[in-house]
Amino acid sequence: MSELLDLNLVEASKALKNKEISSLELTKAYLKSISDTCSLGAYLEIVEDKAISMAKESDKKLIDGTARPLEGIPIGIKDMFCTKDIKTTASSKILENFIPTYESTVTQNLWNDGAVILGKLSCDEFAMGSSNETAAKGNVINPWLKNKKMSPGGSSGGSAAAVAARSALAATGTDTGGSIRQPAAFCGITGLKPTYGRCSRWGIVAFSSSLDQAGPLTRTVSDAALMLNSMAGYDQKDSTSANLKMPDLMDYLDKGIKGKKIGIPKEYTQDGISEDIVKFYEKSIDWLRDEGAEIIPVSLPHTKYALPAYYIIAPAEASSNLARYDGVRYGARQEASSLDEMYELTRGNGFGDEVKRRIMIGTYVLSSGYYDAYYLKAQKVRRLIKEDFENVYKKVDYILTPSTPTTSFELGKKQDPLTMYLNDIFTVPASLAGLPGISLPVGLDKSGLPIGIQLIANSFDEAGLISTARVLEMSAGFNFIADGAAK
Amino acid sequence: MNDTSTLKPGHIQGETGIWEMVIGLEIHAQISSKSKLFSGASASFGSEANRNVSLVDAAMPGMLPVINEFCVEQAVKTGLALNAKINNVSVFDRKNYFYADLPQGYQISQFTKPIVGEGEIIVDLDDGEQTTIGIERLHLEQDAGKSLHDQHPTKSYIDLNRTGVALMEIVSKPDIRSPQEAGAYVKKIRSILRYIGACDGNMEEGSLRADCNVSVRKSGEEFGTRCEIKNLNSIRFIIQAIQSEAERQVDILEEGGTIDQETRLFDTSTGETRSMRSKEDAHDYRYFPDPDLLPLEFTESWVQDIKEKLPELPDSLKKRLVKDFGITSYDASILVEEKDYVDFYQQAANGRDGKLTANWMITELFGALKKDNLSFSESPITSENLGELISLISNGTISGKIAKEVFSEMMKSKKSPSEIVKEKGLEQVSDDSEILKLIDQVISDNQDKVNEYLSGKDKLFGFFVGQVMKLSQGKANPGVVNKLLKEKLK
Repeated sequence: MSELLDLNLVEASKALKNKEISSLELTKAYLKSISDTCSLGAYLEIVEDKAISMAKESDKKLIDGTARPLEGIPIGIKDMFCTKDIKTTASSKILENFIPTYESTVTQNLWNDGAVILGKLSCDEFAMGSSNETAAKGNVINPWLKNKKMSPGGSSGGSAAAVAARSALAATGTDTGGSIRQPAAFCGITGLKPTYGRCSRWGIVAFSSSLDQAGPLTRTVSDAALMLNSMAGYDQKDSTSANLKMPDLMDYLDKGIKGKKIGIPKEYTQDGISEDIVKFYEKSIDWLRDEGAEIIPVSLPHTKYALPAYYIIAPAEASSNLARYDGVRYGARQEASSLDEMYELTRGNGFGDEVKRRIMIGTYVLSSGYYDAYYLKAQKVRRLIKEDFENVYKKVDYILTPSTPTTSFELGKKQDPLTMYLNDIFTVPASLAGLPGISLPVGLDKSGLPIGIQLIANSFDEAGLISTARVLEMSAGFNFIADGAAK
Repeated sequence: MNDTSTLKPGHIQGETGIWEMVIGLEIHAQISSKSKLFSGASASFGSEANRNVSLVDAAMPGMLPVINEFCVEQAVKTGLALNAKINNVSVFDRKNYFYADLPQGYQISQFTKPIVGEGEIIVDLDDGEQTTIGIERLHLEQDAGKSLHDQHPTKSYIDLNRTGVALMEIVSKPDIRSPQEAGAYVKKIRSILRYIGACDGNMEEGSLRADCNVSVRKSGEEFGTRCEIKNLNSIRFIIQAIQSEAERQVDILEEGGTIDQETRLFDTSTGETRSMRSKEDAHDYRYFPDPDLLPLEFTESWVQDIKEKLPELPDSLKKRLVKDFGITSYDASILVEEKDYVDFYQQAANGRDGKLTANWMITELFGALKKDNLSFSESPITSENLGELISLISNGTISGKIAKEVFSEMMKSKKSPSEIVKEKGLEQVSDDSEILKLIDQVISDNQDKVNEYLSGKDKLFGFFVGQVMKLSQGKANPGVVNKLLKEKLK
C-alpha cells in the first residue's frame, strides 16, 4: 500500500499508463487512507462506490490504450465545486442537504480527462476564513504535528490537509485572497492560483466573483502543472473566463530560469514576519540566483492598502452573492409566519459568524452614503495595486515573496478576526491584481512546520510560473512527509 | 364655482389658482426575444408556472449570467429609433433587495452607465398639435418573477417564468404636462417599438408597463415633490391615474399640506391611487457593478450596421404618406400609429385615391371594427378588398351610398366587393335613357312640386334628386341624375 501512496501524481500517472499499477488498486489505497486519516476531518463526503466505478472505467481505458491525461488519478474536490448528484455544501449549514443537478465546469474538465473522484473536502464556510475553523462541520486538522492540532489554513484547508495526509493524490481548491496558497504553505504542499479568468467559475459556489479562481493543490510543481492543464480552459458559460489557450504546462517544467529577472518587493519583508520564514526566503533568493536568475529589488508601494481594500471588495460581493441563500427554493428553510421572519430565521441559523460578519461588512460598504468612501475607494486602491504590478513587470519576470507571515498555528488560538485576516497579507495583492501565484514548500521551521514561498507571475504566464517554481522546488529539495499522513 | 370648462388638459383649477402637472414616465418594455436576458430559458408568455426556468434563473449556487446578444441589439435599435445617444460602453449593476420572487437577491440592471443616453421623440396630440418629449435614458434589466398571494390562505406561491426576462426601461425627462400627453407619449413609444420589432407592445400581457412620476406646481414655479405610481398596464389607466394623483396632490397643497415623496399604486376599481411605501421605507438597493459580467462594449460599425437596417419609422413614414397620397397630416398620424395600419393602408391605396382610401379606412373600417369589438388583425376586410371597393367607387361602378351597403356586407361575409355588387346587382346606373325614364316618372308623380320649383323654389331640386335616387334603389349615378334633371327642369 505504502508504495502506492509514495507515488506523486505524475509518477502514478506514468505507472498507470505503463500498467504497473491499476486505477482500482490506487483508488482503493486512497480510500483506505481516507479512513485511516479520518480524524483529520478533511472529507465532508466520501463517494466510495462512485470512486470504484470510475476507477474501473479508467482501467478499461488504460488497457485499451485510450487513456486520457489524468486517467485513473484519485482526487478530492473542495466542497465549493458543485458536483452532480453529490452533496455540495460549501461547508455551510444553509446548504447542508444541497445536491446539485449539475457539474461545475472545472470538475467536469477533470472527469473528462479521466480523474477519479474520492469525495468532497471541507473548507471554511463559503471559503471565508484562513484556518478552516469556520466550517459548519468542524475543524480540519493539519497532518503536521498532528498531536498539537494545528490549523491546515484556509479556506482550502480540507484540500491541503488531504493532499499532505496522502488521502488524495491531488485536490481542487479555490482562491479568493489566498485560499489555495496559504493552506498549501501551512500543509507543506504546492498550491497554484491561476490568473483570474483561466479556470471557469461556472458551478463554483460564488464568494467574491471578481476574485474567485479555482486551482490545484498537489504534492509537486509538475503535479500542479498536470492538474491545471485539465482544469483550465475557456468557458462560454462564464463571461469573465479568458478566451486564451493555455500552453501545455508539462512542456515548461525544465525550461530553467537562466537570465530571468526575479523581483524582490521591499514591502513584503516587514510586518512581524517570522524569523524562520525570513531565513528561507533569503535562501530561496540565493537558490534562484545560483540557478542563473538575476535578482532585482522592486517596490509595490500600495501593498499596505491591499488587505483593507480586499476586506471591502470581497465582503461587498459576498453580501450580494449570498443573498440567494434565502430558504425559498433550496437549502435549509426555517418556517415562519412572514417572509421577512423566514429570511431572518433561515439566514440567522444557516450562516456561521464569519459569514454573517462579512455579509454585514459588505452590506455596510455598499450602502448609500458609504459606497464612495468604502467600495469605490477600495476599487481605486485595487487599480493602483494592479498598476504597481504592471510597473514592476516592466522590469522583472517573476516576483518572489513569502506565502505567509507565519507558519501554521494551533486551532482555536487565533480568535480575533483581524489577526486572522493578516494571514493573507502576502497573497491578497496578487489576488486583487488577478495574477497567477504559486506557493511551494521550501523547508521546515524550528517547530517542524512547513514554510511556503510564493512566486507571482504576470497575467496568463502560468507556464513561466511553473518553470520558475520547478527550479525553486529542485533547489529546496523539500521531501518531508507530515507525521499525520497515511502510511 | 369656477368654470373649469376652459381649462387646458393638465391644468387643475384650485382655490388658489391654476395648477400645472409635471409628469415623467418610466416605460418597461419587454424585449421580443425568444430567450431571457442572461439565460437560455424561454421568455414566452402563458406557460404553466415555473416551466421556463433555467438554473441561472433559479439562482442555483455557482450559476452565472451570460448576456443575450439579441437583446443588446434590440436596445441599440430602440435607442437609434428614439434619436438617442448610444453608449458603446455600458455597465451592468446589481440592484440588491430581498423578495421571494427575486431568486438572486438582486436584479441585474444598469444604473450609472446605461446602454442608451439622451434622446427625444415627437408626440402627436389629439388636437393635431405636436410636442417634443425628451428621453433621459434607456437601460437593460431583468424582470422579476411573480408572487401569487391568492392561491392559499397562509402561503404565497412563486412563479419564476418571468424571472430574468429582458426588459428595456425607457425613462422620459419630466417634459410631459398632461395625462393626455402621457397617453400620447406611451402610444408613440409603443408604435416605435412595434415598427422596429423590439417589443410587441402588448399591454394586456404586461409586455409594456409604465411607472408615472407626477408632481404639481403653479405655472413658472419650481418642480413640486413627486410621487411615483407603479406598474400601470393600459393607456387608459395611465391617464386616469395621473389625473387622479395630480388632483390628490392639489387638494393636499391647497389645504396647506405637503406632498410626501412615495411610491403609490393605482386602484383600478376606485380610480384612485394609494400609498404603497414611503420614502423612509424605500430600499437601499446597494447598487454596484456586477462582477459576473464584463462591461458591455461594441464598436461604432456594429451600431452603424443596425442603423442601416432600421425600418422606416412613423415620423418619416407620416411625411411620406402626406406627400405620396395627398392625405392630411392628421389622417397620416392615425395611420402610422400602428405598423399594421400603415401596411394595410399602403396596400389598399396603392394606385388608387389615397384620400378616399384613408377616409374609408379611418372612418368606416375602424368604426365598424370598434362596433363589432374586433381588433385590427381580426378585420374581415382585407386590404385588397378595401382597395377594390375604392376602385369600384372611383370608376363609377357603385355610388358612395351603395358602397356603404357593400361595405357592411363585406364585414359580414368577408366576400370581395365586386362579388357582392354582382350578386346583388348593385352596379350604378349611368345610362342617360334609363335615368331619363326615372326622371319622367318622378316629374309626373310630383307635378305640383315641379310647378313650385319652376316658380322659383330652387331648394326643391334636392327633393327631385332624392326621389330619382330612391326610385333607382340608390343605383343611379348621382352626377348623371343631377345633370339630366337640370336639363329637364329648365
